[in-house]
Amino acid sequence: MDKPIRVLVAKPGLDGHDRGAKVIARALRDAGMEVVYTGLRQTPEQIVQTAIQEDVDVVALSILSGAHNHLLPKIVNRLKEEGVYDEVLVLAGGVIPDDDIPGLKEAGIEAVFTPGTPTGVTINFIKENLKK
Amino acid sequence: MLEKDKLKEVKEEKKRWQKEKVDKGLSKFPERKEEFTRTSGANIERLYTPDDLEGMDYNKDLGYPGEYPYTRGVQPTMYRSRFWTMRQYAGFATAEESNKRYKYLLEQGQTGLSVAFDLPTQIGYDSDHELAQGEVGKVGVAIDSLTDMEILFDGIPLDKVSTSMTINAPAAVLLAMYIAVAEKQGVSADQLRGTIQNDILKEYIARGTYIFPTEESMRLITDIFAYCSKEVPQWNTISISGYHIREAGSSASQEVAFTLADGIAYVEAAIKAGLDVDSFAPRLSFFFNSHNDLLEEVSKFRAARRLWAKIMKERFGAKNPKSMQLKFHTQTAGSTLTAQQPDNNIVRVAIQTLAAVLGGTQSLHTNSKDEALALPTEDSVRVALRTQQIVAHESGVADTVDPLAGSYYVEKMTKEIEDAAMEYIEQIDELGGAPAAIEQGFIQKEIMDSSYNYQKELEKEERIVVGMNKFQVKEKPVEGLLKLDPRVEELQRDKIKKTKENRDEKMVQDNLKALRQAASGNENTMPYILESVKAYATLGEICGVLREVFGEYQQSVVI
Repeated sequence: MDKPIRVLVAKPGLDGHDRGAKVIARALRDAGMEVVYTGLRQTPEQIVQTAIQEDVDVVALSILSGAHNHLLPKIVNRLKEEGVYDEVLVLAGGVIPDDDIPGLKEAGIEAVFTPGTPTGVTINFIKENLKK
Repeated sequence: MLEKDKLKEVKEEKKRWQKEKVDKGLSKFPERKEEFTRTSGANIERLYTPDDLEGMDYNKDLGYPGEYPYTRGVQPTMYRSRFWTMRQYAGFATAEESNKRYKYLLEQGQTGLSVAFDLPTQIGYDSDHELAQGEVGKVGVAIDSLTDMEILFDGIPLDKVSTSMTINAPAAVLLAMYIAVAEKQGVSADQLRGTIQNDILKEYIARGTYIFPTEESMRLITDIFAYCSKEVPQWNTISISGYHIREAGSSASQEVAFTLADGIAYVEAAIKAGLDVDSFAPRLSFFFNSHNDLLEEVSKFRAARRLWAKIMKERFGAKNPKSMQLKFHTQTAGSTLTAQQPDNNIVRVAIQTLAAVLGGTQSLHTNSKDEALALPTEDSVRVALRTQQIVAHESGVADTVDPLAGSYYVEKMTKEIEDAAMEYIEQIDELGGAPAAIEQGFIQKEIMDSSYNYQKELEKEERIVVGMNKFQVKEKPVEGLLKLDPRVEELQRDKIKKTKENRDEKMVQDNLKALRQAASGNENTMPYILESVKAYATLGEICGVLREVFGEYQQSVVI
């Protein structure tokens, strides 16, 4: 059997709404993936370092504070600088207005899941789009 | 409630009905589901009859509004005298922008203010702090110093309005700023009416904007209790909140259980700090969620009221009736709003409004239809406020007190929720009280289990959310959402710079030094915070001093 997919679920920014992050963490775990959850208030740098240390295949960023345009591209850029972006699938979820999604995708976020997305959709997306 | 003979007749008739009508009918008309359940998983019966209220004693268990155990309400005449306070939570961008929104809401007939602060403010960072980048003014208004607070309430007479502030870890600082602004308006502290949320335990459980460790946070809270009981006697010093516990995915019974368990912890802390229970308990207030299940929610509010009254009287020996009255603010459930077909949210909010009013709330915030997408626009906030006004003036439900009392279902459920909550409270007592139960991750884990079950029910379509997992349509992206001015962060940074240039630096440093000393010892910190605020020390500077002395909370991560 292949080795399980490793996922970092991370909460960038200052908001404390982690229901979505925790639900997705459990759903991915129930789907057979290995999940690391960072807890709240992670800086881009902390997230990138944890992703490298944990050798993950996926970074799933949950944000509801409205600071996504500022924080998410920073995380992608740092992953690129560290030379790991080519191996790690970067996703985002949370209250993110439709208008902001094209910009985030251009910045290197591979998919954005907004409220109401079934966890199965995210699980399938991960399985079909792994980079390594 | 019936006499024995009558009750026997009811039971016999029920059996007959079951046999003759239900059992026969079920083969032809099977029910939609094998089992009907509430959010807590408890079973819902097909029919409720007087049989379900066996043993209930009207005078003892329900009594009269305004009297112990307050099941039917905290005031004798409720909304026949005065409607609940219609209080829309608002705040975004700068103090200037938010001040305009408040004036608009007051003109539209809103009767109280409710301030939303941005995340850096809630976590005690100034807008120019590194961690504030990208967050300034996003989920609420940015307040860095007294300068911002003066602008926020400019032209709003603080002796006339009551103001609720959703602020927790730095609650003492924002309350101090409010007192200082009032003083400048010529309004003394004893005239001020309002509420600070000041509920740190639910921040650890569910909301996440904590700063200091548990013990030091509890000390700041009891400092506020002690200070306000003398200086700001009309102020509600805490709003013990189930709202966020429910939003995090708890059931209705868990919402009551964990909120009252937190309440018990605050009362115990204050008593331990040497306060008499009746000196602070009348100023405790609560904050609940109003969810979709109308009758369960009404029962929840009634159960919470009765249980708190018993706890205060029996466990803490309160003598003042006001100490036993659970007064609460309600907000409709943000997590029930869908990003899909957002107009449907108006209907959800209307049902939730009814639940809050039938449950006897003291004040209410109704969510706007676009809040699953962004902060609400002025138009959608108006519809939300109108929803309350329609329920108040047109629906008729406010014309008699506690109109659902006596419903077999509602009374049975009220009792069941009370019992379930009490069972949790006993469990939490065994773990050493709410702070210990939080540290051990018990409360978080219980909520997480409920929330994950809910998600699974949605995905298996055992639970239908209209427009989301059924009755979907192809939708165009919603237009006209509120957009924030991207220059907010810059504007705030400039204001901080100017404030710092114009203040007496020595006075600031002297006051911060005095605060550091008070915080290191046992003195009440509140007067020192007030003096620092008046000298235009920033929120970040004041919280910085407290961070140095107290340290910071380390979250226990539970999934």
